[in-house]
Amino acid sequence: MSLAVEATGLTKSYGKLDVLTGVDLAVPAGSVFSLLGPNGAGKTTAVRILATLLRPDGGQARVAGYDVIRQRRQVRGAVSLTGQYAAVDELQTGAENLRMMGRLSGLSSAAATRRAAELLERFDLTAAGNRRAGTYSGGMRRRLDLAAGLVGSPSVIFLDEPTTGLDLTSRQAMWQVIAGLVSAGGTVFLTTQYLEEADQLADRIAVVDHGRVVAEGTPTDLKRRFGDQRLDLELADRTGWEAVAAHLGGRVVQRDPERLTLGVTTDGSAAHVRAVLDEIDPGRAAVRRFSLHSATLDDVFLALTTVKEPAHV
Amino acid sequence: MSSATVATQWLTMGGRSLRLGRRNVEAIIMSLVLPVMLMVVFVYLFGGAIDTGTAYVTYVVPGVMLLCVTFGSGMTAGSVANDMTGGIIDRLRSLDVGGPAILAGHVAASVARNVFSSALVFGVAFAIGFRPHASVAQWLGVAGILVLTITAVSWLAAALGLLASSPEAASGYTFGITFLPYASSAFVPVDTMPTWLRGFAEHQPITPITESLRGLLLDQPVGSAPWQAAAWCLGIMAVSIVATALLFRSKTRG
Repeated sequence: MSLAVEATGLTKSYGKLDVLTGVDLAVPAGSVFSLLGPNGAGKTTAVRILATLLRPDGGQARVAGYDVIRQRRQVRGAVSLTGQYAAVDELQTGAENLRMMGRLSGLSSAAATRRAAELLERFDLTAAGNRRAGTYSGGMRRRLDLAAGLVGSPSVIFLDEPTTGLDLTSRQAMWQVIAGLVSAGGTVFLTTQYLEEADQLADRIAVVDHGRVVAEGTPTDLKRRFGDQRLDLELADRTGWEAVAAHLGGRVVQRDPERLTLGVTTDGSAAHVRAVLDEIDPGRAAVRRFSLHSATLDDVFLALTTVKEPAHV
Repeated sequence: MSSATVATQWLTMGGRSLRLGRRNVEAIIMSLVLPVMLMVVFVYLFGGAIDTGTAYVTYVVPGVMLLCVTFGSGMTAGSVANDMTGGIIDRLRSLDVGGPAILAGHVAASVARNVFSSALVFGVAFAIGFRPHASVAQWLGVAGILVLTITAVSWLAAALGLLASSPEAASGYTFGITFLPYASSAFVPVDTMPTWLRGFAEHQPITPITESLRGLLLDQPVGSAPWQAAAWCLGIMAVSIVATALLFRSKTRG
């Protein structure tokens, strides 16, 4: 199995702030890989290192077979990065933006024009091709931005939060576009803070928190490994709810103080459910009722990442 | 994906900056209105009260031209800062487009814009009574010094644009450049200034540039002024280019 991205022990600090504290990644070529994590987890830093825009303080990484530090030029020739901020000129038309990127990628003038037309067509922008990008909607601008990243036919495509800030319809349209990228044979490495996005698109997911990978696997793996069932407990009163919430601490994946409920992950076996109930409620009075249902990736995510402030519902 | 040759990068980036400049309505209005406005202000509002021994319009043409150039630097610095703070810089770097090509694009556009403004100043000046006596060789000298000055100021502006953390700050930084023509022989003879200011005015770049332009246009002796002007411009350009290279590297190294 050839790897499109391979990283070991990547670290990066800004002064006293440790952004990456040792990231290991292995992404098979031709797959969609998602780096999933909350804001500030270090996703963007990791992607910028892999795309050679940042130098890591420590560790090693190879992208498309080249070392990101020693073979920067070769890596740049093989990848593209589409960031969170649209990297297109608002005063140029869609076609002009793409032609410019084509020329800068080493295409001849004629080839750049052909490639621009091809990409406009593929991203459903042909009608808007001769309009200035400044007049585009948010979704159109993202598509143009993504198209601009594909002008040079990169083999590894980095997408840093490709749908952040888009409305639901544009987001779903973007998902289709991203899914289409892999069928064309590339490797897609995307970061997201949306579990649904990772679940929908990725073959493999690495969950990052506080600058390191806390779990890695297929969406199904992760759900299974971290309990594919969620046990929801309804407490008898507020005092009991608070005591149990404090006792379970980071294991709580769902909480609702109004309805006095708490959720924890479980494998769904009678033994485990009984053990949990005995542990938190030895007096058999605190828990009024419980229910079991299939875990979502949200539960996995919450179980893995530290909640910095209690979620108020 | 192979990266483009350096020549293609420079041409593409220059073309981009020119296109962006052409479509930036505020920039166009500024480079059209400013020359006309400044000419009118200096000749009709201030000119009557200033005695330079010749018709003031004749005296002030180089000054207005240089003032326009220094005002234009704010726009150049702003557009460099804009590129550096937006997402485009990452995209360009990941295409392996180097800092020099990115900045040279802005400088090329800045030179084109300012050459246009300077031509407009000449046009307005002719319309309101400016009559130079320059030979073809002297006109070429004027053009050469102007282009050299514009290029030097543009590189300096690009360096300031890199130094600034936002486009707004970049325009602010160039205020220092805009101030220079006032404290030179551009608008009033330096011997009318107090001695402490005269010392500065006589030894800053705008004075030999103004003296060369004025002398060549009016067919008067210029002495060593053109050489001093050229030396200043080349010096400013050299320092600015080195500064932009260093600033670009430090700004993009994480």
